[in-house]
Parts: sequence; C-alpha cells; structure tokens
Amino acid sequence: MSTANHSGSNRIPGAGRLTPAKTVRFTFDGQSLTGLEGDTLASALLANGIHLVGRSFKYHRPRGILSAGSEEPNALVDIERDKSRKQPNVRATVQEIYDGLKVKSQNRWPSLTFDIGAINDVFSPMLPAGFYYKTFMWPKFAWKTIYEPKIRAAAGLGVVPGEPDTDRYSNRFAHCDLLVVGAGAAGLTAALSAASTGANVIICDEQAEPGGALRYESDVIIDGVQGYEWAAAAIAKLRAMNNVTVLTRTTAFGYYAQNFVGLVERISDHLSNPASDMPRERLWQIRAKKVVLATGAIERQMVFANNDRPGVMLASAARIFLNQYGVAIGRKVGVYTSNDSAYAAAIDLKRAGIDVPVIVDTRDNPTPAVVDAARSLDIEVLTGHAVFSAGGKRRVSSISIQRTRGGSERKVAVDALIMSGGWTPSVHLFSQSRGKVAWDAANERFLPGTYAQECVSIGACNGTDGLQATLDEAFAAGGGKGKAIVATGGTNWIGGMIGSAPGAGADTTVKAFVDFQNDVTAKDVRLAVREGMHSIEHVKRFTTNGMATDQGKTSNLHGLAIAAEALNRPIPAVGLTTFRAPFTPVTFGAIVNHARHDLFDPTRRTPVHGWHQTQGAAFEDVGQWKRAWYYPQAGEDMHTAVNRECVAVRNQAGIFDASTLGKIEVVGPDSAKFLGLLYTNPWEKLGVGRLRYGIMLREDGFIYDDGVVGRLAEDRFHVTTTTGGAPRVMHHMEDYLQTEFPHLDVWLTSTTEQWAVIAVQGPKAREIIAPLVEGIDMSNEAMPHMSVREGKICGVPTRLFRMSFTGETGYEINVPSDYGRAVWEAVYERGKPLGLTPYGTEAMHILRAEKGYIIVGQDTDGTVTPQDAGLTWAIGKNKTDYVGIRGLLRRDLVANGRKQLVGLKTVDPTTILEEGAQIVANPHQPVPMTMIGHVTSSYWSENCGRSIALALVIDGSKRLGETLYVPMPNGVIEVEVTGTVFFDEKGERLNG
Amino acid sequence: MLLIKCPYCEEERPELEFRNAGEAHLVRANPIIEQSDDDFAGFLYFRQNPKGLQFERWRHIHGCGRFFNAVRDSVSDKFLTVYKAGEPRPDLNTLLSPVAAEPEPPATKRTRAKKVEV
Amino acid sequence: MVEIVQATRRHPLQAGQLDVASVSVTLADNATRVSLRAKDNAVSALSKALGVTLPMKPKTTATNGGRAALWIGPDEWLIIDNAESGVIADLAKAKVLHSAVDISHRNVGIIVNGRGAAAVVNGGCPQDLSLKAFPMGAASRTVLGKIEIVLWRTGEDAFRVECWRSFSNYAYAFLQESARDVAI
Repeated sequence: MSTANHSGSNRIPGAGRLTPAKTVRFTFDGQSLTGLEGDTLASALLANGIHLVGRSFKYHRPRGILSAGSEEPNALVDIERDKSRKQPNVRATVQEIYDGLKVKSQNRWPSLTFDIGAINDVFSPMLPAGFYYKTFMWPKFAWKTIYEPKIRAAAGLGVVPGEPDTDRYSNRFAHCDLLVVGAGAAGLTAALSAASTGANVIICDEQAEPGGALRYESDVIIDGVQGYEWAAAAIAKLRAMNNVTVLTRTTAFGYYAQNFVGLVERISDHLSNPASDMPRERLWQIRAKKVVLATGAIERQMVFANNDRPGVMLASAARIFLNQYGVAIGRKVGVYTSNDSAYAAAIDLKRAGIDVPVIVDTRDNPTPAVVDAARSLDIEVLTGHAVFSAGGKRRVSSISIQRTRGGSERKVAVDALIMSGGWTPSVHLFSQSRGKVAWDAANERFLPGTYAQECVSIGACNGTDGLQATLDEAFAAGGGKGKAIVATGGTNWIGGMIGSAPGAGADTTVKAFVDFQNDVTAKDVRLAVREGMHSIEHVKRFTTNGMATDQGKTSNLHGLAIAAEALNRPIPAVGLTTFRAPFTPVTFGAIVNHARHDLFDPTRRTPVHGWHQTQGAAFEDVGQWKRAWYYPQAGEDMHTAVNRECVAVRNQAGIFDASTLGKIEVVGPDSAKFLGLLYTNPWEKLGVGRLRYGIMLREDGFIYDDGVVGRLAEDRFHVTTTTGGAPRVMHHMEDYLQTEFPHLDVWLTSTTEQWAVIAVQGPKAREIIAPLVEGIDMSNEAMPHMSVREGKICGVPTRLFRMSFTGETGYEINVPSDYGRAVWEAVYERGKPLGLTPYGTEAMHILRAEKGYIIVGQDTDGTVTPQDAGLTWAIGKNKTDYVGIRGLLRRDLVANGRKQLVGLKTVDPTTILEEGAQIVANPHQPVPMTMIGHVTSSYWSENCGRSIALALVIDGSKRLGETLYVPMPNGVIEVEVTGTVFFDEKGERLNG
Repeated sequence: MLLIKCPYCEEERPELEFRNAGEAHLVRANPIIEQSDDDFAGFLYFRQNPKGLQFERWRHIHGCGRFFNAVRDSVSDKFLTVYKAGEPRPDLNTLLSPVAAEPEPPATKRTRAKKVEV
Repeated sequence: MVEIVQATRRHPLQAGQLDVASVSVTLADNATRVSLRAKDNAVSALSKALGVTLPMKPKTTATNGGRAALWIGPDEWLIIDNAESGVIADLAKAKVLHSAVDISHRNVGIIVNGRGAAAVVNGGCPQDLSLKAFPMGAASRTVLGKIEIVLWRTGEDAFRVECWRSFSNYAYAFLQESARDVAI
C-alpha cells in the first residue's frame, strides 16, 4: 500500500475534472487520507493507491473496487458519523468523501490485511454452494443455537448500527408530465426536448454529476462541444427552466402501477456538516404521465480464475476514475476484453501516460479499426487469447495469458487489470413496470419487449447502439419539435461474451467469480445444475447468485449463460429473473420518512387532557387516544388510587372524561327508521328528549357496537359509539345508508370531536351540576334517568344527558370542545367540597363491571350475540328487519351450548382471576381438559369488598349457582357462577 | 399506489384516499328474514374472488365519502371502469371490446423471454 | 348560591414559532363551521338563505365575503365563516330538507402560506397540487400523512388545512416538519 500525500500519489496532474486546490481529509480504517472535493470514496482510495477495500462474504477473500457506480458488488464499507448515524454496506463507488469522513472496512478480523476468516478460502472445497443445507443437519437443536449463529457471524458483511438513527428523512409527492430516469446523453436530450414543449419535467440521476457515460467518453462531440461540457450546459439549462425539476444524487428505485415511481434523493450524505434541519434523504413519490427510461447499460466482468483480485476492475470504471477524477488505477494496466469498448479505455490510459502492456481479446477477429488504434499507440494486442488467471493476493500482480484454444502460457506483470465482458442493458425499471423483456439473440442481451405502462426506453437500456441514433430516439421520446442534436463518437455497446471465459471451464477447480458480493463462482452454478436445479430460479436460490444487495447487476447474465450451457438449452428457455424493487438498497429512514417520533402515529388528546396532566394522572392508550387511567395521590399505588376513586363515585360523586366516545349526529325525516335498521332496538316511539341504549349487529348476528342514543328532535338523533368503534361504526352506517337504504332521507355527521363529554356520576351528581346549569329543569320528574335536555352550563350551550355507565345517578355534560376544559374545571371546583373525585378508565371499568354492563370488544369478541350477552331485552320483538336479524336466526346461533355471559365469584373472595383464563367443569380430568369458557373481565371491587368477574361460559345462564374451576399454573381456582350484577341488583340508585 | 377514478369526483385520485369494500352486486334479500339458510350463507360468506376481472366496491372514504363500484383486473390491477352505487352492472363484453380494438404495442422482432416470477 | 363562571374557550394548539422564512405554518382564527347536507333540489333555496351559491362541481368552492362553501361530496358542503356567524340559523330560513350540523369545535384550521406552500402540503398529501390540477379556490377532502384533512387553496401559495381537533397536533407538527424540508 502506498502512503497518501496531497490528494493521492496516483492523481494525474491535468487529468479529471476535480479542482486540485479543494482537498478533503478522511480516514480509512483509522489511516488518515486526503482526496479532492467531488471524489467518491472509491476514487479517493484509488488515488491513494488503495485497492484492497474489503473482505468477501463467504471466503473472506481480499476485494477491491470493481466498478465506478451503483452496481458495485465488492467495495462495501461502513460509514460512521457518530454512534447513531452509522451505515453499513455503503458502496465506496457511490459515497462521496467529505472532510472528517470515517470509513471502516467490513467482514475482517483482526484487520483488513490479515483476516482470520480467510481460512474459509483454504477450506473452500468443503464449502460449495448449498453446503450448509446438507452439512448442519444434526443434531437438530444445534442449527438454531450453534450452527446458524456461527455461520451468520462468519459470513455476512456490515454490522447493523446499535442505536436509533437520529437523522431526519422527508417525503414529497410530486406529479409531472414526463419523468426522465437517467441524465446521460439520452436522458438529457429527452428532457430538453420535452421541456421545450412546456411539459412539466422531472429528471433524476443517481450520480452527483450528470452525463452518464459522457463523464468518461473522451471522444464524444455533441452540438460541436465536448460531451461532458455539453452535458453540464444541458443540465444548467434545464435547472434554469421553471417547468423542469433536476434531481441529482437521486435513484429511481421502484417502478409501480400507473407510472408511480419511487425515488430517493440523497441530500446530506456528501456533506461534512449538514445542518440539523436538513434531511439525510428525501423520498420522492412521483406520478408521471409518461416515463422515459434512460438508464444506460452496465458493463460485465470477464469470468476467469481469480477475477476478484483487488486491482481487477471494469474497463469503464478505470475510464471514469481517469477522466472524471484524474486517478490512475495503476501504473501498468493490462486489458482483458471480448468487445470493442475496452480499447477506448486502454487508449485513454495509454494517452495519460500509463503503461498498457497488453490487450487480451478473446475474439479471433476484433474490429480492425480499434485494434489498429491500439497498436498505433504501441499497445500489444493479442487476439484469440484469454486471461486464464490473475496472480497476486491483496492486489493483482500478474496475468497468465493463453490462446483461447490452449497452448503455452505467458505471464505478464501488471498492477491492475481492466476487463470488459460487454454491456448489459439496464432493464431493471422496465421489468419492474411489468414490461416483458425480449431476448436479442444476435447480441445476447435482454431488451425491453412489451410495455405495460406509458413508458419508453431510450439509448443503451433499449439496446440502441450509436450516439446519434440514441439522441434521435431521445429527442423523439421527449416530443420536441425541430431538429435533433448532432453528435459523433461514443461507445459501441454491442459485442462481448456472457458466461465463463476460456480458463474458467468445466474442469477447473479455480474460483472464477460470477457474483462477487455473494461469492458465487462459475463452478457453483454448474454444481447447481448437476444437483438438479434446472430453472434459473432454483439455480439462483441454490447458489444465491444475484441475491445480494447488488441484485446481480453484473452477475445475472453470466449465471444464466453458465446454467444454460450446463443444461444445453437456449438462454431464453432457462429464463430470466424478474427484477424487483428496489433497484439499489433503500434505507428504512427514507421509507418511513416523516413518520417517526411524534409523527409516527397521531396521538389524540381530549380537550381536558391538560387538566389530567396537572393532576398527575396516569394515561392509558386506547387506540390513538390518550385517556386518563387513574389519578394517584401522594403515596398511592394504582390499586389504592383506583379503589378510592371507585368508592368515591358510589358514596359522593366522580367526574370522568368521556370525550373520546364516538358521536354521530343523525339528521333527517327518516332518522328513526334508519336507526331501526341499524340497531336491534325499536326507535320510532322513542320520545324527543329521551335516551335509549342500542345494540348494533353485523349481518351475521354478532354484536358490532353499542351506545346510548338520544332523540333531540323528531328528525335529529345524537348517537354515541364506543371509543374504538367510532370510525368503523360511521363507515358501517354510511355503507348501509348509501348502498342498501338510499331511499331514506337521512344524513350522518361525525360529531365525536365537536363535543367534550364530562361525566358526573354518583349520589351527589345533581347537587353538583344543577347550580351551573341554566334553562333545564333537572328534577327527577322533569329529567328522569335516560333523558337529554339542551340548555346552558357555565354560560355555554350544552346537551345534558342523564345516563349512567356506573349504576349511579349520573349525567354526561356535552359542551363544545373548546369549552370542555373550562366547564370541567368549574364543575370540579363546585363539586370538590362535596367530595367530587376525578376517576379514570380503570375505575370506570370496575364500576360498570359491578353493574354487569358489558364492554364491546372485552366481554364480546365478534362471536357473541345479544342473547349470549344477556341483552335479549334490547331486541325489538316486532321488528321485521334490521342488520343482523337474519343472522340471529342461523341454526348455530339459536342452538344450545352457546357461550353466555355470567358472573363469577371466586370462593376465596381475595383471589382475582386472570382475564382470558380458561374455565373447566371438572379440574381432575386429564390434560388437555375440556374448556367450557373463559374470563372476560376481572377486578377487585372495593365497593363489593371482594373480587368480581364476568365470563363467557357454555350454557352459562343455566349454570347459576354451579361451581366451576379455573386451572392456573399454581393451582386450581374454584368459582361460583352468578348473575352479572354484583352491586345494587335492583338498580335503585339510578333514579336517586 | 393505484390511481382510482371516483365517479362522483369525476377524476383520478390516489389510492390512499380510498378503501376497498369487497365484492359488488351482492344482493341483500328483501325480506331478508325469509331467506333460506343456503342463500343467506351465500350472501354472508361466499365470494367470487376471480383471477381476472372482478366487480368490487370502493369507498372514496377520504374524499367525497361515496361508495361506488368498479371493474378491476385482479392480475394487472387495471381498472376497466367505475360506476356509481345503484347503477347496473356493466356488460363485460362491451367493456372489453374497445380494449381488443386497441392497436398492439409497437411490433418487435425480438422473441419473448420466458419470464420467471420470483 | 353558586355563581356561574362563564366558561372560556381553549384552542387545542399552542402556536409555535417556525424558524423558516419562506413559508409559514400558522393557526387559523376560530371559525364557525357547518357540515351541510342536502339533495340537489334544495340547493337553490339553501344558496339563497346562505348568501353563497353552493358549488355543484367537485373540488370547487364559492365565497361571499367571509363566508365560504366548499364542495366536499355530491350532497355535502363545508361552510366556513367567522366565529360569530349564524350559519345554521340562516340555513334554517330555507324551508327545505337539509341537515346542518355545527362542527365549529370539531375542526381546527391551519394556514400554510408562502413560497413552496404546495410542496409543504405535498410532503404528506398525495394529490396533484399544481395550479392546473388544483387551482385557486379548489378544495377537497384528502389525506396528510396518516390523517384526513380538508384542503382548500386560498391563493397561489396559500392553503387552508382543516382537520379534526385531536389530529391538529399531528397536522401542525407534520406541516412544520415539511416546511423545514421545503425551505432547504
């Protein structure tokens, strides 16, 4: 490894586009290094002569930098800003450097250069594809406890961060006429063309710099200017247009139905000190009328022995490092190719003063022009030859060359090798869009075939060869008028080879890598076929080829070709994997974006919430609501506080925040008729000013919701629902109103949040409230139990309900929400001297259970009928229709042996049953016992001086007085079956 | 995320504003109380769930709030048509004919690759 | 004798200062809001009583002075006026079948105003908010992140977001977060 100086010893003065004066310091495994602003981590490491960047997944082989783009399978590193902002498996070819960047290599111990795990490489004959499926079979328990953890520790790449991510992420929905993916020559031309028509255009590119291949093409002239300069001018022009959005460092990762495309914009990963407000990434959810895919092509490696040695890289990558970043990847660079494009790389390197000893071309008769061009620069060209092995361990040191048909071996010393197996059109997004690819047999590549969406592929990803043809196609795709742009030069994308090159043949035991990231060799693919995998999807799973985070961008075609060869079947018959989103890995942060911390889910608070807080209330989550659970006083635990609250309600009075109850205002002349169809109860005869408890069923006859309904006028009802049931009850009612009973003149409006609801319950309830109320006669005679009146309280309008969920005389004061807090405080101040005590949901639950009032969802579970729950009285006997009426007649619902709601009293009054505990008739029967029911509600009742419980028990109503048993881990609990009312059985207190 | 045309709002809106409400054109018998056990079971539980074109209900719950019906291809997710609640079930043959008349996508000489679902 | 203390209003949100110059997210004043439901044949009488011609086209609004009617659904309008307005009493003067329900306290209004206001809302709202698709005066019930809102474009760079009061904390925080992002 050479030592770093300035921006790296391999930086070639005058080459590249970075500014030498703008240096950046960063560290790699603790070593302090310098690069230039605009460098990727890969270019900066190479500038410093560092090729060894990581260790491989399975064999821990030394690995370098294969590519210069997002397809990189090898150079994966760990980036850490601080403990919580840490990212494993970052591609060094994508990450830009910044001052203070801290980089660590992965999958090595104790160090990158000396890695114990590399022993796997020595033992690799014992570790073929699928080895762990066969090897670690016995003993069975050891897989989970020993084998899998060990294998997972030995294999694998980065380490997940241990702390929550503190970065911000954001989201943006956007719409456009045209989305252009890729800002190379094709994408820029399409965007310019479309923008000139006034269309709303979004163009994105995953790179920091636009241009695509123009970043390294040295001989391209467009519109009379050098290619990269044309691209820079084009992007500047687009940025200046109001109808164009340019997104760089932005990857289109997913292409979904109806031209819905997901993009991730990396906003701060390249910045040294991003502002705290700045999101790290922004998710763009784009709906485009038309999508132009200009995603280019990805160069393939040559598959030969030890093609994974650091210093062996794609020819186009070497060209980018040279022409964009001014970095020489070596001083003596060999070339191994099977197509024309690598010649241009060789020539660029040679012209930059780098020794290029030899071009090894597998073809017997390459294009004469490129061969002549190379030879004119004194580069030796060996046609019909192959590199059958690369020498060196932590850096390639030599290549062994042989005629493709065999013969004598020649060794050439090199310090880098560039290779090109040809170009794979990037059809990933096209495939994600549900387009069907077609096999271009002449050029051995898959191309867009049948489109499924309003989308067009242009340029290299469409198999369009030649720059002028690409620009013509791009211009047309953009829909612009006038003449297309004129260009010369550029890479020839066709040619090359797929599958293993000579020297990686069937008989070798060498490692010729197909998939670098998952350590899959040509031999593994052949083994898979020998083991009986005949479909590419089986081969893929057996070998894990293409299943790493790079999704096989460089390996899929090679693997397919090797499998096809071994199967002796044509490639299209073996099949191609369908590409799935995401194109490159996407952070969870980007997917979650704003939905973190307070924005993870809405937290709903009642208008009185602040008061509960001042009283030190404990809160309970009920759906998204925060409800006051109990109000502990100094020295009280929950049990003590709840007992005190329960007793106070029965002896004096309690005040309870019931604002979360669902409320629906039902208005219209047919309201009573409509409610009659939605509830089991009769409503037509309910008088104005009266309340009724209603039960709502589903069509199957089971209880769906319950609540008290008040009639405010002939044509106006105030319906309440359970807290959790409010949205679904509204949906259910709208469904029937709109689709089954549309002839009824009724409208529904949710008023849940219009009203704050203050329940005042207990013998002193009237005494407390009455003085604050105006315009309502609250006497027992004028306002009996289950009635509603409208008037004023504390000077503001109220709907005053006389009702009770505690069994005590009680009122529920509805006031417009903004007044809730003030009215609550006024009532509390007035009642405090009389013993008024705030009580929470826990006391509410106990008080209602003492009275045997059910809670839908606790004492019912979606299989309970009104009869099961002891609510037969709530069914209108003379009704001919309501939702659930037919369901209730089903044979199973009227049969004997249904579970019915009963009370349970433990023989030992201090024992409190567990909710959900199972009930048996005979505790001495063998396990598994026949269970005849379960406990639905169970509490300590201070008012009863004992525990109480509700339970659903088979034929429960016939078992009153029976003794049943609740088997628990530490003994059997004996219980007596009782009625469901434990307190004030006659209900006299309601009318106090 | 799909775009769904709401027949009441008369434009396509994002799927996030909608809620699927199951199979369309289930008939609640009148009087339901007289329906046979078998017929009631069919109404309550049995659904078509076809691979291909299906009639389904949607509600523009976070939009205009209306329930409506749609014909959607359960394979491609494409909506063939939407129509208001209460409107008759559209004839599939009429619906499909304009699609059949549409020109094929640009001809290609390339052979189609066998596609493997993963 | 107990003296009745007049109850005072308390808004569910405490306005926070957003440190973003280009676009502001602020609380709207208290308002009268009525959910109005009626069939087509009642619309002209109700419009006359209201003093605003109820819009019949989806996603549109009509205003007269401070009083606005937003088309929400084919038989549904959201009427917004100042806090002291007697909308329900006015509607009652039209002796036609309708449902008017006071939801003044159910909703909270939030104003997004300034450069990039549409992008701020698009941080969580999936609708196309270009002026072409969602012009001045357009309004619609839709979603913002995980909640339902009514969105009303009151200017090229101004929106009123109405949501239920217990979701107002979420909406306000969400819009502020999105505004920070847009301001970058």
